[in-house]
Amino acid sequence: MSEDTQPILRVEGIVKHYGSRVAVDGVSFELWAGEVLAIVGESGSGKTTLLNAVAARARPDGGRVSFLTRHEGVVDVHAMSEAQRRLLARTDWGYVHQDAVQGLRMNVSAGANVGERLMALGERHYGRIRNEAASWLERVEMDVTRIDDTPATFSGGMRQRLQIARNLVTRPRLVFMDEPTSGLDVSVQAKLLDLLRSLTRGLSLAAIVVTHDLAVARLLAHRMVVMKDGRVVETGLTDQVLDDPQHPYTQLLVSSVLQP
Amino acid sequence: MNVSDLPAPVERDANFNFAYLDERTKRMIRRAILKAVSIPGYQVPFGSREMPLPYGWGTGGIQVTASIIGPSDVLKVIDQGADDTVNAVNIRRFFQRTTAVEVTTRTTDATIIQTRHRIPETPLAAGQVLVYQVPLPEPLQKLEPREVETRSMHGLAEYGLMHVKLYEDIARFGHIATTYDYPVMVDGRYLMAPSPIPKFDNPKMHMCPALQLFGAGREKRIYAVPPWTKVESLAFDDHPFEVQRWSQPCAMCGDTGSFLDEVITDDAGGRMFVCSDTDHCLARRTADE
Amino acid sequence: MYVAVKGGERAILNSYALLDQARRGDPAVPELSLEQIRHQLRLSVDRVMCEGSIYDPELAALAIKQAAGDMVEAIFLLRAYRATLPRLGYSLPLETADMKLWRRVSATFKDLPGGQVLGPTYDYTQRLLDFSLAAAGEVAASPEAEVAADPGPVPRVVDLLNHEGLIETHEPSPGDPDPRDLTREPISFPADRATWMQNLARGDEGFLLAMGYSTQRGYANSHPFAGEIRYGTAELVLEPEELGFAISIGDIEVTECQMVNQFGGSKSQPPQFTRGYGLAFGASERKAMAMSLVDRALRADELGEAVNAPAQMQEFVLSHTDNLEASGFVQHLKLPHYVDFQSELELVRRMRAPKAAAPGVRGRNGEAA
Repeated sequence: MSEDTQPILRVEGIVKHYGSRVAVDGVSFELWAGEVLAIVGESGSGKTTLLNAVAARARPDGGRVSFLTRHEGVVDVHAMSEAQRRLLARTDWGYVHQDAVQGLRMNVSAGANVGERLMALGERHYGRIRNEAASWLERVEMDVTRIDDTPATFSGGMRQRLQIARNLVTRPRLVFMDEPTSGLDVSVQAKLLDLLRSLTRGLSLAAIVVTHDLAVARLLAHRMVVMKDGRVVETGLTDQVLDDPQHPYTQLLVSSVLQP
Repeated sequence: MNVSDLPAPVERDANFNFAYLDERTKRMIRRAILKAVSIPGYQVPFGSREMPLPYGWGTGGIQVTASIIGPSDVLKVIDQGADDTVNAVNIRRFFQRTTAVEVTTRTTDATIIQTRHRIPETPLAAGQVLVYQVPLPEPLQKLEPREVETRSMHGLAEYGLMHVKLYEDIARFGHIATTYDYPVMVDGRYLMAPSPIPKFDNPKMHMCPALQLFGAGREKRIYAVPPWTKVESLAFDDHPFEVQRWSQPCAMCGDTGSFLDEVITDDAGGRMFVCSDTDHCLARRTADE
Repeated sequence: MYVAVKGGERAILNSYALLDQARRGDPAVPELSLEQIRHQLRLSVDRVMCEGSIYDPELAALAIKQAAGDMVEAIFLLRAYRATLPRLGYSLPLETADMKLWRRVSATFKDLPGGQVLGPTYDYTQRLLDFSLAAAGEVAASPEAEVAADPGPVPRVVDLLNHEGLIETHEPSPGDPDPRDLTREPISFPADRATWMQNLARGDEGFLLAMGYSTQRGYANSHPFAGEIRYGTAELVLEPEELGFAISIGDIEVTECQMVNQFGGSKSQPPQFTRGYGLAFGASERKAMAMSLVDRALRADELGEAVNAPAQMQEFVLSHTDNLEASGFVQHLKLPHYVDFQSELELVRRMRAPKAAAPGVRGRNGEAA
């Protein structure tokens, strides 16, 4: 079975409760290799909870997440051992946090931040690790001379670039992003979005991007899922959903932002 | 120096059980030791007792020694390589008082050597046991203080973080800046703190014919390196592990290959270098005579 | 001649003699008796018993005498003595509701069944030095009037609140498992409440006080009220297996504190009060109160509160309560560290002189020693 004949990720009937409140209520979707999917909705719609359940950072109360691995076929992500799951999370997956502080080691250098995954996988050649780190800093358009500086000295946009480099160094096939550009200045946001777009296209990376910002979805995503109260209310090609929303809630969302 | 040179022989104090600990406690500790030997480098939690010496002063090593020592053993105790430093004296007196076993300063004569911060220069032989006093058994603690987290890192053999630390050293200083308690991989599986021995001593742990036991009393952990076990100091391929070496020989015995202590001889910057292992130094000097 | 590390044994023997003299002080001053310590330094004795975790005023007095009044050293002596004592049996849980009370106060109710009993307390003394004590003074006759009749068991305040369901109850875990014995098994994280209670009961009063205090200053505020503090004697009951029934083996003095804390309720529970608990040997009110604050803070996780203050962090708190461990490890820094220091010295020299070889030392490749 190859990536051409089946999706890289299949999400079926995810349910997550917080006490008596249902945060995610039976969400299903598929993601194909190289495809970028945006999950949009207001805060409280359950989109981040869904992302955490799909990325195996939290266990859902129901449903299944299947991932097509490189060598071992399709695996049930939540049925894997912790060791396998952690390995998957630092090789074939990436996770970009909204707050870069959560995704970086703030007190070690940029080079070590990027190199950590390589070292965890057994790379034991300092020179190679450093070269690889430098080349990734370049690819995310950072100043390579800052390779020995710690993220504490970086701007918000730089930190986010570093976090992306740290994730991509093992060439994952799937990256999860939780509001990757929010909290940044508009001009910084635009540049970061450009970078993300060229990286996902260039590396044919599959990605799930959680965002409340429809402009982010429009720029990055091939397809989108609209969530409200823990459920999917609409799904489709991004342009289609944004230009011709069918569900009243989507219509409201779209009409509430300025059209480009 | 010979033990016969020492003042006031210590008498066996009949108020205490042989080697102080009660037999049930010794058994419990021996079980922990057996488990530690079976899983080289793995830290076994044990019911560490409050000893009549302060925590941090060798209570782990003392409990290990107390659990394995028998009347026919010959005990050597060193601190910083020397038999006559105050803490070594105190621990040796404790065992004399509670066991009356024969004590020695000669590495070759000892069946059990309890040590703090050094491995003797004289190579150890099969049948000997080296007992280390360990202040901080968790090699990852400085990088990750939460035990729940370090335990799962050991369980999953996730040691990338340790290399991040070494990477940072090289990026900042051009070389690895850890000089003692230099982390090792035991038998290719468990990351282990060798206790604060200088990294100079690390190679002696590798394929050592003697049994090496590590006791951390305050932290309540025992671990072990069985005889003939691979012990590898962490490094990068292009920044290999190095040990310290001195450009001058020991001022007393002339050795060029032993670990030297720096002794300040005056207040004008004068200093000399002498062997940290007093038995080794004395043996070389008496052999010359 | 190189003499720096020689003569350790002789030096130790000499220091023993000097210590004896220093402890005794001026031989012209009469020597303290254990009875004097027991009766006139009773709060010291209580603290040493509590953190030494053995209830024996006589031995505690001896430890205080031997330690020249150093509490932590005295606790150490008692703990080392206790470590190898055989376990003869485990008592049944103390029934503190049946305590014979010398003191009982509640900050939550003005009056309540059993009343407020101040008892012997420094609380309302004006802290003025009493120079009459400098000259051997006479003790005022004890006021006998109101404590005449034994009022019988005095209900605990939390039990009164319980009638209305206003305060959480603690049912024993299913099967009522025996708590683990911290002095026999090392702690492992996460620890259950019975385990951390043991840890806190043996913990350093100063550390618990600081941790408890921090919860009042915004680091994990739990809106505490001193529901009840009681001090008195409780009966120690043992049920030997071979006997099959319970027997009383004597009374011990304890201080118990029940802290009552606000709680907003959760999905499964209506708003109600929660509690923090503290128990200490003897008259150790500061300790029992601090313990109850820390106990409550440590329950953050269980009660679904955010864990972000030091007092709520189980590993942080429980790993640092023990003053034997802390004192030993802090003070081990005075042991010789020539070897480690030599290694660092070499490193610093090397880092300061990256090009030229550092004086006395050069690096060498390879693993051969």
